[in-house]
Amino acid sequence: MKLVTAVIKPFKLEEVREALTSAGVQGLMVSEVKGYGRQSGHTEIYRGAEYVVNFVPKIKLEIAAPDGDVDKIVETIAAAARTGKIGDGKIFVSELLQALRVRTGEQGEEAL
Amino acid sequence: MRDIATMKRYFTSAAAAGALIALAGPALAQEGPVDVPAHSVFVFNSVLFLMAGFLVMFMACGFAMLEAGLVRQKNVTMQLTKNMGLFSIAAIGYYAIGYNLMYPLGDWAIEGYFSALFPAVAVMEAVGVSADAADDISYATTASDYFFQLMFCAATASIVSGVLAERIKLWPFLVFTLILTAFIYPLQASWKWGGGFLDEMGFLDFAGSTVVHSVGGWAALAGALVLGARLGKYKDGRVNPMPGSNLPLATLGTFILWLGWFGFNGGSQLAMGSIGDVADVSRIFANTNAAAAGGALAALILTQVVYKKVDLTMVLNGALAGLVSITAEPLTPTLGVATLIGAVGGAIVVFTVPMLDKMKIDDVVGAIPVHLFAGIWGTIAVVFTNPDANIVTQIISIVIVGVFVFVVSYIVWMILKIAMGGIRVSEEDEINGLDTSELGMEAYPEFGKGSQI
Repeated sequence: MKLVTAVIKPFKLEEVREALTSAGVQGLMVSEVKGYGRQSGHTEIYRGAEYVVNFVPKIKLEIAAPDGDVDKIVETIAAAARTGKIGDGKIFVSELLQALRVRTGEQGEEAL
Repeated sequence: MRDIATMKRYFTSAAAAGALIALAGPALAQEGPVDVPAHSVFVFNSVLFLMAGFLVMFMACGFAMLEAGLVRQKNVTMQLTKNMGLFSIAAIGYYAIGYNLMYPLGDWAIEGYFSALFPAVAVMEAVGVSADAADDISYATTASDYFFQLMFCAATASIVSGVLAERIKLWPFLVFTLILTAFIYPLQASWKWGGGFLDEMGFLDFAGSTVVHSVGGWAALAGALVLGARLGKYKDGRVNPMPGSNLPLATLGTFILWLGWFGFNGGSQLAMGSIGDVADVSRIFANTNAAAAGGALAALILTQVVYKKVDLTMVLNGALAGLVSITAEPLTPTLGVATLIGAVGGAIVVFTVPMLDKMKIDDVVGAIPVHLFAGIWGTIAVVFTNPDANIVTQIISIVIVGVFVFVVSYIVWMILKIAMGGIRVSEEDEINGLDTSELGMEAYPEFGKGSQI
């Protein structure tokens, strides 16, 4: 099992969700996060005073998937989230040691 | 629309006078204010004061909403509390000594400078007063005059609260308000509107660009200097913006002030008992609106040009600066000139808000640019449209009022600082917000705190 963690632009969330649903993904977790990468922050002006916004708002997706589905999921997210401009986000894949469905007690890939 | 226009022409044309007399009877046979029955003048003037007075009263709501919107969420309840408190304290201070200090009616202890009626409470006419027993049958009821003038006094105090928001303790602020409304404001107002030495000099300030707005601005500036900036506002040579909590409230407050200003300036005609007077009140309403629009548009365009994005908070300040600018002379300008006078006020705001920040004077809502700087501009702008105004007299009066109010306010703030164990909340209380630390009550207890990153 793998955990796919994707950080994307907030306005791309709906497109990514639709693409993932079409690709057969049945569940995902979403959270609003802030951070910065190469895009770094940007400046804003309030009442004539310029200030730096260090952390840019992003959406974090987390999907637990069987090993065989991971490539497809990563490609689907990347295709749907891409604008070609700086700040499109990143996708991380990590090992997932265990999963458990709370209601039934199923474990491993059966719990996904 | 055409019918109304036709009727207007009909009634204003001299040729129609005969027909009008036939319709309305001999009372309207002659023209001009001298022929209006005294009772009508008395009644209509009083109605003007009452109507304008409750419009100006509503400005207290405007100030409260504007300030509640421009402070951070953790200080909203305190800002509303200060606004309720100051408006109510003004009613006490102005009643106790303010009204008679401001209007000596020719009875001076020091000629032109200090009322001989001091100290005495304001007294109304008797219940159901008759024409013979009225204080001044040629003017208006005393209570309507008192009510109207009290609202101006309260407006002056409202200006101060916004500047000092988010860091001043409640009680020292309220004590200052009492001194401002009972003594500082009425005394300097007596020099102009009470027939004192500034009036004798020929100083012109129709509804109070200087007498009200600059006075509030000077008192607030003195307070801001004694109080210091909010924690973290100016750090390492940078200005750190502290965005307001609720721009819909700030916008509502601005529109309420805009509405109230028709009473502020229109009522300052002080008469509505003749054709000439009601025409003047009408001119004033229209000019006041034009100036507010000019100020808002100037700020809208300038923030787009200078900062590449329109800043709503500056547009709100711009509208108010336009209103303050026209307040010294809302009668004589044409609609076009009134718009321009207001537009200059709006421009003043856009350029002086960052200037104050450079000087590390922390004005939370922009009241010093709006009321003090635009107030000075408006007082000078009288000379452009009113031939009776003299530029030197205007400037001397601005300086005299400014020095008096600033110095006295500064001394009062310093005394309060010593006598009340400081006028500023502790560092911890300021960071936690005055709502929880001083009041234990949040404005939006069920809302999220929003992003703290």
